[in-house]
Amino acid sequence: MPETTTGALIYQILELLPFLKELPEFLHIPMLMFVTGLIPVTVISLVGLVGVYMERKVSAFMQIRLGPMEYGPWGTLQTLADGIKLMGKEDIIPREADKPLFILAPIAAFVGVFLLFIAIPFDRDIIVVDLNVGIFYLAAVASIEVVGIIMAGWASNNKWSLLGAMREAAQVVAYEIPVGICLVTVVIVSGSFSMVDIVEEQKGLFLNWFIFRNPVMWVVFIAFIIASLAELKRAPFDLPEAESELVSGFHTEYSGMRFSIFFIAEYGAMFVASALIAILFLGGYYTGIPFLDNIDGILGILIRVGALFGKAFAFLFLQMWIRWTLPRIRLDQMFYLCYKVLVPFGFVAMIITAFWQMVLPGDGFMSLGWAPGLGK
Amino acid sequence: MISNAPVSLAIVVLLAVAVPAVFVLVPRLLGARRASSERQTPYECGLLPVQDTKSRFSVKFYLVAVLFILFDLEVAFIFPWAVVYDELAVRGFLEMLVFVGVLFLGLMYVIRKGALDWD
Repeated sequence: MPETTTGALIYQILELLPFLKELPEFLHIPMLMFVTGLIPVTVISLVGLVGVYMERKVSAFMQIRLGPMEYGPWGTLQTLADGIKLMGKEDIIPREADKPLFILAPIAAFVGVFLLFIAIPFDRDIIVVDLNVGIFYLAAVASIEVVGIIMAGWASNNKWSLLGAMREAAQVVAYEIPVGICLVTVVIVSGSFSMVDIVEEQKGLFLNWFIFRNPVMWVVFIAFIIASLAELKRAPFDLPEAESELVSGFHTEYSGMRFSIFFIAEYGAMFVASALIAILFLGGYYTGIPFLDNIDGILGILIRVGALFGKAFAFLFLQMWIRWTLPRIRLDQMFYLCYKVLVPFGFVAMIITAFWQMVLPGDGFMSLGWAPGLGK
Repeated sequence: MISNAPVSLAIVVLLAVAVPAVFVLVPRLLGARRASSERQTPYECGLLPVQDTKSRFSVKFYLVAVLFILFDLEVAFIFPWAVVYDELAVRGFLEMLVFVGVLFLGLMYVIRKGALDWD
């Protein structure tokens, strides 16, 4: 058998579609390329289409209006129609812009998000590469997007863009510290960087999920949600794009397809963050109900992939809900929250988790009292 | 069999660049082209741009960046400790207590010095 998981995925496909086995050996590598490339491309386009539609519908319903209704039933084809329209738009590069940087910036931002999808497990076998440094890789690659955004802000030669980019850089960079602390806490519990190992560790009853591992894990969970909102520049942390102050921040000068690349990257990042919350704290692709998780074959795969997408979209909805609930915070409040609240709380929770892990390793603390060892 | 990790990574990196590149190229072929001088000026709410953009900005941003480098490096140091934590047991825990304690003192110092107050 091949050593990494995509290989296993290919062999599963071969089992399901036996006629592919008749293909000569040299076609296996193109097939491999097809399968590995397919995962991030499918997911990012699905998230782009569904996420944008969902955002508009949720926003609309929260403001008691209908939102897009014209194309397709209930406006479901609206995003597709928008995409086609954007393709016909004029490609505008401002006269005083730094041309090479202006062109490269959206690509850099997109690459930063696209590469995140490598380490997201949609099922035990449906992952591009199960890196043994998974979490570390995510933490490292997640900061590439900022480079693209600073490039965009600087290259646009527009005051709004530059201000937005500076705010964004400061914010994203600051909140990487609480995110890092949360990730470290999860690694203490899981004992592995690999994303598949982390999810497998949470197999069984939902009391095995990392959020129930020890009495402070929910603090880490909430800290991670807050910090990921800030990393994503979502409301109430949307200072870099504050419409009422900075027009639209770093992408003020971007239009047409270049703008939509930033847009897709943003929704991709939103999905990755939501999926990460599910993977790190809520059992990832496992439903938390043992007999559902033990189903084999194609039905089992569908259930597990569905579970991950369900959890991720629940958190996408949470992000949208928060957007229409909380007003935007000020810059000083943003730093207060990071350095004086999340970082100290995160460190304390990390130490308590480490202590708990030393004294009581193993199952979740919720199952300790009434049914020890029920989960595994 | 096929050892596919490097191949897969290479393919995804390639795709990551190719997808947006295609996205940019398509409107070049299909899109309208009516460039005009007004259209290409930077947007300043309808007025003609004043001053140069590349001016100075608040030193606070610089301070945040410096603090980030300090703290993020510390967190990066904690990662390898976390992954072998189960083997280190009590000794590892006490050592990390000292490490985080020193870090915490640093954070207190920064807060007391007022480096994190925006005004």
